[in-house]
Amino acid sequence: MGYRVKAEVMDASAIDRALTRIAHEILEANKGAGNIALAGILTRGAYVAQRLAERIKRIEGAEVPVGSIDISFYRDDVATHLNPEVHRTDVPFDVEGRDIILVDDVLYTGRTIRAAMDAIMDYGRPCSVQLAVLVDRGHRELPIRADYVGKNVPTSRKERVKVALTEHDGNDSAAILEQTEEDA
Amino acid sequence: MLSCKHIMTMDDLTPDDIIAILDTADSFKEVNERRIKKLPTLRGRTIVNLFLEPSTRTRTSFEIAAKRLSADGINFAASASATVKGESLRDTAATLSAMACDLVVVRHKYAGAPQMLAECMDAHIVNGGDGIHQHPTQALLDLFTMREKLGRLEGLTVGIVGDICHSRVAGSLVPALRKVGARPIIIGPPTLMPARPDIMGADVAYSLDEVLPQLDVAYMLRVQFERAARMPFPSNREYARFYGMNATRLASARPEMIVMHPGPMNRGVEISSEVADSPRSHVLDQVNAGVAVRMAVMYLLLGGADSGAAA
Repeated sequence: MGYRVKAEVMDASAIDRALTRIAHEILEANKGAGNIALAGILTRGAYVAQRLAERIKRIEGAEVPVGSIDISFYRDDVATHLNPEVHRTDVPFDVEGRDIILVDDVLYTGRTIRAAMDAIMDYGRPCSVQLAVLVDRGHRELPIRADYVGKNVPTSRKERVKVALTEHDGNDSAAILEQTEEDA
Repeated sequence: MLSCKHIMTMDDLTPDDIIAILDTADSFKEVNERRIKKLPTLRGRTIVNLFLEPSTRTRTSFEIAAKRLSADGINFAASASATVKGESLRDTAATLSAMACDLVVVRHKYAGAPQMLAECMDAHIVNGGDGIHQHPTQALLDLFTMREKLGRLEGLTVGIVGDICHSRVAGSLVPALRKVGARPIIIGPPTLMPARPDIMGADVAYSLDEVLPQLDVAYMLRVQFERAARMPFPSNREYARFYGMNATRLASARPEMIVMHPGPMNRGVEISSEVADSPRSHVLDQVNAGVAVRMAVMYLLLGGADSGAAA
């Protein structure tokens, strides 16, 4: 299926400003960096988590532990869909009693977040689980909401939202993609 | 996803399949290091361990793998089953089919039993060892361990030493190594070599000491006295002297060479206790990798849209 860019919704500086704001919001809501840990959902969520940690360090001077979560084994559609690539989950901190900030690039149906919450719970009992996303595109299928949002982007289900990050894609941007006509 | 429905021999797997299994197993290994070693991935799937030949470690490994993925694992052992009452393998297969199981792991004393099961069942079949033919998940966990310890597979020289002619492990490991670009050498006395060692696809050597300095891995096979028609060498001591791994021999090998063994070990025959318990021996790492590799095989066969009977 072909897709083409319909509209760019965030450029590099918008992403940069959104991340700085989210870092501040996380610190404000949690009264500092003392008890928090970031858990990025692979692939791009892990990079967003890494960037948030750097910003938190710049603001508070505190090192926040960062982990990465692969949700392949927790998906609710394993029977019909396999992730082409499975990565190693890495949670280098004790989850027990911590405030965990789950981080992803795009929030859509909420199913990925449900899977990631199950994964986190298998490591221990956190004090709280919060959610930070760069783009919330709506169309939730589960009762899940984000605590920190870079940008709310109204979309149609037929469209896709593509976040690019320098570490993985060579540039920073968020765009809405629509199906090309011959496939539509 | 894998290109095949069953894993009966190494021929079923492409090099890409093998790498996919090893990469997936790496993620499962992390799960096995957690406090809660359990995933919801294969909830509601039924995996039958049809072990019609004695086995403890392989059966246990498959059983743990199924449980950690939340599949319902059922053991169907020779001694307890209808097979001792004379039921044929075909009827056993039909019975399991009627119970709608999704994957059958089969161990059987005759080569080809997995192929026969595959013909009369819809379920995925994984060969857990058929006679002296193949044991593909063992070869996969061996590759996993080699890659983990040595950082690569391509270009490795692996000496498979000992009872080649009775070894289903060698039967799978030789083609597995070739598929990933490693060089297998089979080494053993002529009495423990197959009739045509040249057609196995490996280099052939009759002196361990001659090829030892080339090896990145010394893979010691258990001498399967129970399968041999008669004693294949004059004494255990003589075998150990020429084909056993001991401290002296280890000292003349490459310093980075690792020692592996599929277990169970005959200490003092193919491997000395000193070597078996040394840090150069990775026997327990192999066992550890076995659970992760079998989880990967189950996940990759049962997941995805094209999972046959399971869908």
